[in-house]
Amino acid sequence: MDMSPARLRPLHMETTMKTSLAAGFVMLATMAGADTPVLTVMTYDSFVSEWGPGPAIEKAFEATCACDLQFVGAGDGAALLARVQLEGRATEADVVLGLDTSLTAQAAATGLFAPHGQPGPWDVPVAWDDPLFLPFDWGWFAFVYDKTRLATPPASLSELAASGVKVVIQDPRSSTPGLGLLLWVEAAYGDKAGQLWADLADNIVTVTPGWSEAYGLFLEGEADMVLSYTTSPAYHLIAEGDATKAAAPFSDGHYLQIEVAGKLAATDVPDLADQFMAFIGTEAFQSAIPTTNWMYPARTPAAGLPEGYGTLIRPAKSLLLSPAEAEALRLPAIERWRAALSR
Amino acid sequence: MARGAFPLTATALSLALFVLVAGPVGVLLVQPGAASAAPDWAALRFTVVQAALSATLSVTLAVPVARALARRRFPGRGAAIALLGAPFLLPVIVAVLGLLAVFGRAGWANGLLGSMGLPPVSVYGLQGVVLAHVFLNMPLAIRMILSGWAAIPAERFRLAAALGFGPSETLRHLEVPMLRAVLPGAALVIFTICLSSFAIALTLGGGPGATTVELAIYQALRFQFDLPAAARLALLQCALCAVAFLLASWVTLPQAFGAGLDRAGGPQGPAGWRRPADALVIGACLFFVLAPLAAIALRGLPGLGHLPSEVWFAAARSLAVALPATVITIVLALTLALAHGRGARLPALAATLPLAVSSLVLGTGLFLLMRPFVPPQTLALPVTVAVNALLALPFAFRILSPEAQVLHRDYHRLAASLHLTPAARLRWIVLPRLARPTGFAAGLTAAFAMGDLGVIALFASNDATLPLAIHRLMGAYRIADAAAAAVLLVALSFALFWAFDSAGRHAAA
Repeated sequence: MDMSPARLRPLHMETTMKTSLAAGFVMLATMAGADTPVLTVMTYDSFVSEWGPGPAIEKAFEATCACDLQFVGAGDGAALLARVQLEGRATEADVVLGLDTSLTAQAAATGLFAPHGQPGPWDVPVAWDDPLFLPFDWGWFAFVYDKTRLATPPASLSELAASGVKVVIQDPRSSTPGLGLLLWVEAAYGDKAGQLWADLADNIVTVTPGWSEAYGLFLEGEADMVLSYTTSPAYHLIAEGDATKAAAPFSDGHYLQIEVAGKLAATDVPDLADQFMAFIGTEAFQSAIPTTNWMYPARTPAAGLPEGYGTLIRPAKSLLLSPAEAEALRLPAIERWRAALSR
Repeated sequence: MARGAFPLTATALSLALFVLVAGPVGVLLVQPGAASAAPDWAALRFTVVQAALSATLSVTLAVPVARALARRRFPGRGAAIALLGAPFLLPVIVAVLGLLAVFGRAGWANGLLGSMGLPPVSVYGLQGVVLAHVFLNMPLAIRMILSGWAAIPAERFRLAAALGFGPSETLRHLEVPMLRAVLPGAALVIFTICLSSFAIALTLGGGPGATTVELAIYQALRFQFDLPAAARLALLQCALCAVAFLLASWVTLPQAFGAGLDRAGGPQGPAGWRRPADALVIGACLFFVLAPLAAIALRGLPGLGHLPSEVWFAAARSLAVALPATVITIVLALTLALAHGRGARLPALAATLPLAVSSLVLGTGLFLLMRPFVPPQTLALPVTVAVNALLALPFAFRILSPEAQVLHRDYHRLAASLHLTPAARLRWIVLPRLARPTGFAAGLTAAFAMGDLGVIALFASNDATLPLAIHRLMGAYRIADAAAAAVLLVALSFALFWAFDSAGRHAAA
């Protein structure tokens, strides 16, 4: 909050020193608040924390906007959309950051979002023309393994299903990566998706409610592989100096997660919201992403990607269903998944 | 007049609790929502089966341990009893990782089997779910049953000894009646808490075959945004809990030993083969409880020195939630338990209900109820205090109510004949006699409020509590930091629990 003296008006000295001081502080606070517009960005939890991208982005944006940027954390991607729907038009939020393309059809259908108006192009592996949501980062889903424990990883989903390799995955009913794998199998195997799940059943150690449980189980040695991202090994390499983790390239192609931001139509600071939407595509925002959110930036910084990203696999083939297809497929695909794995 | 005020307060409180639970569910029911899909009978069946198995096994295994602890004195007994409070305080994911370090595919147990040339045993499946629930809840049952033993007047045991009762006669005439008073309540609480199990059931269940009703609620709220469907599922959980409640009240026998002269007591420890048998039972239980705890400590301790500052702020916030929640819960639980002790049934149901409603549904409903008046995230911490106080109430009540009943039966006439005012009654009879269970209940509530994640996650802006901070650390690959923060959480929860619990035991001694 900006409390610089230039913004203050003289105080009225009417009552005793003590009360006027107290009243003065209250006024100071409210006046400073009134003078500095507040932009509220609702996002997922890990974005906000001191080890996430939030602090760096807040500092960079506030240096240019003469405003107060406040992040509000609301669970994970799916919880975020639920929160937006719960709050509806009465929400304090101006921008929502952190949905992905498997949720954008549902988000668009709420009618709560306004066009972002930002021109492309974006450095994402697919053509991007969504008028409501713009990408801020992306990654490929992949099965991550430990090179010291698994010498030759399977080279496709069907090879995995035929092998004795044990994996942990996430539940598509409670987790966005879980939903990503579901759509990956649908996109790669179509009519044979049910059969692939049936073949995978004996490889699955367990299904966890969220990404962190699954990843924790994998690190504890409960499984040979875990559903995560091609960028996950970069964290271990850059932050921990540990080069033992790798993502297995699959010949089926890898499903994409593209994380997006959208402007809420009911915002009370539309210009500031637009300014932030434009800021998302700039160097200051994008350069914070690779080593705090551990995803690919949606616009590659001039200096390129950090060292360590060069060691990651780059799948030749990207898979992505359109938001409408993803939305239409979700419930029937969950049913197929459940039937195949419950057997 | 003054004596009439207490039951009125208890009735009013009970009704207020019904409103507090029904309001949020009701507001979700009337939201627009899609026509819900067919109910998932397999999930419902799995929910009930795992909860019933978990509750039965927890209390069945707890009886011999509690009996051994009640009739033996040994160095470190107090510490052992206090440590039994620890598993219950663990955040779910921490407990799961601790259990897996011992029983998982790469765990110690399978390592031992492997070194003996035996095939590994898989923990994933119904067996894993029940194992985790027993790990978390059996120690709680032991503590509740142990309180039952402590409540049998020492004179009865002395009389039994004078009459030449052997262990089996003592069991039949003294201990079985006590168990029939205590066990159904303990089983009910454990059954109810396992009904709404979600992360444990899924993570250790091994696949979608092991899903609970709570997962369907999560899915309805998070992915479908079908609020009425979530509310209907929450009502289904309530109905299951109500059936369990009726069953438990039906088999519960009132305790009737009459008043004793002092409070310290317990059965004589029989000699002979029963001595090593008791030692074995206590040792096995402690090993089962402490091994996963040790795994958690080993993993987390190295990182404790360099935790991010956010974690320490979160710890302070968690303490700020836990302490007021404890005060609220204890006042509510004492009022309701004393009323129940006088024979009222409404308070017992009111004090059980909050546990039956998914905290996610409760939180979402409260969010919708508050939204027209205040931005809900500005009240994140007060709401968390209130919901945690509400969720801990069933435990506190179950701990207090058997002894409150005994208290009323034994001292009501004396107090009435002395014309004690309610205040004097509280000061001279209730508080000294209920100090032990009150301390235990307060410790449990405080620790429970430290560890809860459910509601704050929904309301949270940036004011993370410690469990939420752990979740955020795990979500950002920082597994080592998360393990260290988990140790901090366990240490703080346990310190709170221990402080209240031992204060209660000292006041009673």
